[in-house]
Amino acid sequence: MLQEEEDLSLTIAQIVQKLKGSRLYAQLERQAWVSLQKPEIKLETLKEDIKEFFRITGWEKKLHNAVYSELTVFPLPRHPAAPPEHLKEPLVYMRKAQGSWEKRILKSLNSMCTELSIPLARKRPVVEQKELLNKWNEMGTDEPDLSLFRPVYAPKDFLEVLINLRNPNYENGEHLNFKTHLGLIQVPLKVKYISELKEFFVELSLNTGQLGIDDATQVPPELFENEHVRLGQKEPIHSMDSKTEVLAEQDSAAAQQYIRQGSPTALRAELWALILNVSNQPEDLLYYEQLKSNVIQHDLLVDSLIYKDVKLTASNDDYYFVFEDYLYQVLLCFSRDTAVLGHFAYNSASPPKSYIRGKLGMEDYAVFYPPNGVIPFHGFSMYVAPLCFLYHEPSKLYQIFREMYVRFFFRLHSISSHHSGIVSLCLLFETLLQTHLPQLFYHLREIGAQPLRISFKWMVRAFSGYLATDQLLLLWDRILGYNSLEILAVLAAAVFAFRAVNLMEVTSLAAAEAVLADLSTLKVMPLLQIFLFATVT
Amino acid sequence: MMAGKVKWVTDIEKSVLINNFEKRGWVQVTENEDWNFYWMSVQTIRNVFSLEAGYRLSDDQIVNHFPNHYELTRKDLMVKNIKRYRKELEKEGSPLAEKDENGKYIYLDFVPVTFMLPADYNLFVEEFRKSPSSTWIMKPCGKAQGKGIFLINKLSQIKKWSRDSKTSSFVSQSSKEAYVISLYISNPLLIGGRKFDLRLYVLVSTYRPLRCYMYKLGFCRFCTVKYTPSTSELDNMFVHLTNVAIQKHGDDYNHIHGGKWTVNNLRLYLESTRGKEVTGKLFDEIHWIIVQSLKAVAPVMNNDKHCFECYGYDIIIDDKLKPWLIEVNASPSLTSSTANDRILKYNLINDTLNIAVPNGEIPDCKWNKSPPKEVLGNYEILYDEELAQNDGAERDLRNRSGPSIGLKGSRTRDSGKASLTTWK
Repeated sequence: MLQEEEDLSLTIAQIVQKLKGSRLYAQLERQAWVSLQKPEIKLETLKEDIKEFFRITGWEKKLHNAVYSELTVFPLPRHPAAPPEHLKEPLVYMRKAQGSWEKRILKSLNSMCTELSIPLARKRPVVEQKELLNKWNEMGTDEPDLSLFRPVYAPKDFLEVLINLRNPNYENGEHLNFKTHLGLIQVPLKVKYISELKEFFVELSLNTGQLGIDDATQVPPELFENEHVRLGQKEPIHSMDSKTEVLAEQDSAAAQQYIRQGSPTALRAELWALILNVSNQPEDLLYYEQLKSNVIQHDLLVDSLIYKDVKLTASNDDYYFVFEDYLYQVLLCFSRDTAVLGHFAYNSASPPKSYIRGKLGMEDYAVFYPPNGVIPFHGFSMYVAPLCFLYHEPSKLYQIFREMYVRFFFRLHSISSHHSGIVSLCLLFETLLQTHLPQLFYHLREIGAQPLRISFKWMVRAFSGYLATDQLLLLWDRILGYNSLEILAVLAAAVFAFRAVNLMEVTSLAAAEAVLADLSTLKVMPLLQIFLFATVT
Repeated sequence: MMAGKVKWVTDIEKSVLINNFEKRGWVQVTENEDWNFYWMSVQTIRNVFSLEAGYRLSDDQIVNHFPNHYELTRKDLMVKNIKRYRKELEKEGSPLAEKDENGKYIYLDFVPVTFMLPADYNLFVEEFRKSPSSTWIMKPCGKAQGKGIFLINKLSQIKKWSRDSKTSSFVSQSSKEAYVISLYISNPLLIGGRKFDLRLYVLVSTYRPLRCYMYKLGFCRFCTVKYTPSTSELDNMFVHLTNVAIQKHGDDYNHIHGGKWTVNNLRLYLESTRGKEVTGKLFDEIHWIIVQSLKAVAPVMNNDKHCFECYGYDIIIDDKLKPWLIEVNASPSLTSSTANDRILKYNLINDTLNIAVPNGEIPDCKWNKSPPKEVLGNYEILYDEELAQNDGAERDLRNRSGPSIGLKGSRTRDSGKASLTTWK
């Protein structure tokens, strides 16, 4: 009891500390001063009156959302004596593995620099700056020669690293027993059993209405869809028993709960922004413009990597080719955004460092490279692409993406023991298959088609570029709703279950890959529901 | 008794056609033999129904064009028919012909202002002088796939064009070389900064009574180059024209997606960024203008019972989400530019045949042409005149509910709750 109270006060102290430096804090302060002019604010009851003023004017809600956002993003504080790296990753062997993976990436990046004799960064001549500014909205029409550039790494390189991951304190044992994990991932991490998943994803169960199922059936949609849409509305409905209309209330936590059953298409953009606490104020626009001018002024080597990645992925995609230019506008700015560095406090990864010419190894001359600390890999732009369906203003699109990245996507390419981290997702996927489709799992393993070799790329990209966009958005609704990426592993397993009959007939990895090559016709929610709730376990 | 096999002919050697015929176990014959089904080009249909040919189709023969389809599919005639249709409705005092305070039709203003050249030259000049900064698009009446199209924004350009064509010895006074000039939609809706148009497929099985179907899998065709309304780019056709035949020559043409986006993508994008209501209204209006264009030509169409036709509708959406009918093609391209395109066109032909040739059996053109719902595939009933009449359209006419009249009885899945239509 005492411990809990202590934890709570520590959490509060931490959040207060964080918010003190924020824009919201300054705004609240200003509002409080302004309110003093009002007749209803009395000196005797000053504190209560100002609180009431905040409540009526909606500022209290904004504070709620900010606190909620902090609680969602940042892990709970550990013991005050724990070193900060424990917040990044508590397990030493994971930290080490991540460290050597980063060294490899950096080495590869540096050798590309040397090979092509291109500097990591350079200031653009004024003429070039003007040129870039002029074609900011049509960067995709440019065809620079990128044949010499190659993605720093692709998901399959990363998978090899995860396969070789071992816990030095854990003995696997020589003999097989019924608990032996037959998959590729060989580290012992706690992942959820299906019974725990059922409990965790309880809102996805068969007797709960789902957008992505109940709107597509012959059953009159009025029963669920209309009610759900109404509940999400912006305008409160003035009736005797009017429920809380989520968007009108502007409450992040309510929106997050709501979206677990899926978001109506027309409300999704606003609901996601509310959950991610992105408001697109004039200051945010200014901030984006600042990043843009940084792009104009300096040319970075990673720009070429981004360019190459977009050309290799989104530009060829049936759904996303239209948004090619938006992707540059977001990703180039992202690489310059030093605010992204903040997420390394809870990311097992650390931003790579580079040294000013001639000062190699001297910490005083170290800079993070790229400025946001994130080196893009093959497929990175697919994290942004689906969001282009929701936001047509580049600055808003940018903020949403950045928030999605620092909350979720970074976990898909960092080695950590976090339950939403890629290692846990891989293990969860393999465990689900091994436990619930043992014959299929065994068959694929025997023919040299370890399922993870096929599903890994899906999970690393959060299925972007594999599912039809409407289905992908329904899936990402649930990521936001549950503040967890575990649904990716469940879906990956559900896809195997769905194709089990065909997969039992294949005799090679290539054939298995062919069976699972096209996921664009899949309906996500029925697959998830059947796998989680309608299968005998 | 074993039914005989359908004997087919085509003068369009496209795999999406031939594969569909073969799948049904139909037998290929030459055009000089007895045939039941002839998928023909528009040139051939002209000969088949020409007076000289004296051809008489028998009850078990079906062709894929109406004899005078050009009433709809030639740019000048389509505009002429729509203008006539509007005038007639106006004369009848129909609520559909209602005009706003600027004298524009409220429900029937869906084709950009258009004139025939050289016939309407004076009318055009009068209109041009009203808004001298506007851009106009010149199209030859009888050509397709973007051939011979150019933009002008000065009267001198059109004078020069008329001088040049007069001196050319090839140009006769035949209607073939006639042009239409239309006000250019200079504020198109842009997605990702790019201009696009819609290609929608519409099947008509009979004009009187009118029965037409809308194919659910239409697509958007995107320009590869960023859109700029600036007049300096008037000569760069890649900016303005979305025809695949044109875009294929651009450097940026992508052979994986071919610059094509499904209508479902468009709907998802619009609903997400603009809202459900305006998106629903846009799609309802698109259906509305298609039905109105068909109603406009129905009285002049030779409703030959041996005929059906699958049209390619080209529609441009402006930045106020108003759809504009640009033109209708009688022979939408069956060439596949990408893998997805091949699948789409194969299915389009498959579903078309399922409606036009019930059960793939030897046709009897006297059948009532109302196939059961199950065979529609990706087609949806767009308008069924018989159903609409039974459905009390008369009552609607009287209470002046405007355009909702047109689609009563349409889209069977909505029947019984016709109130869903969002036209006000």
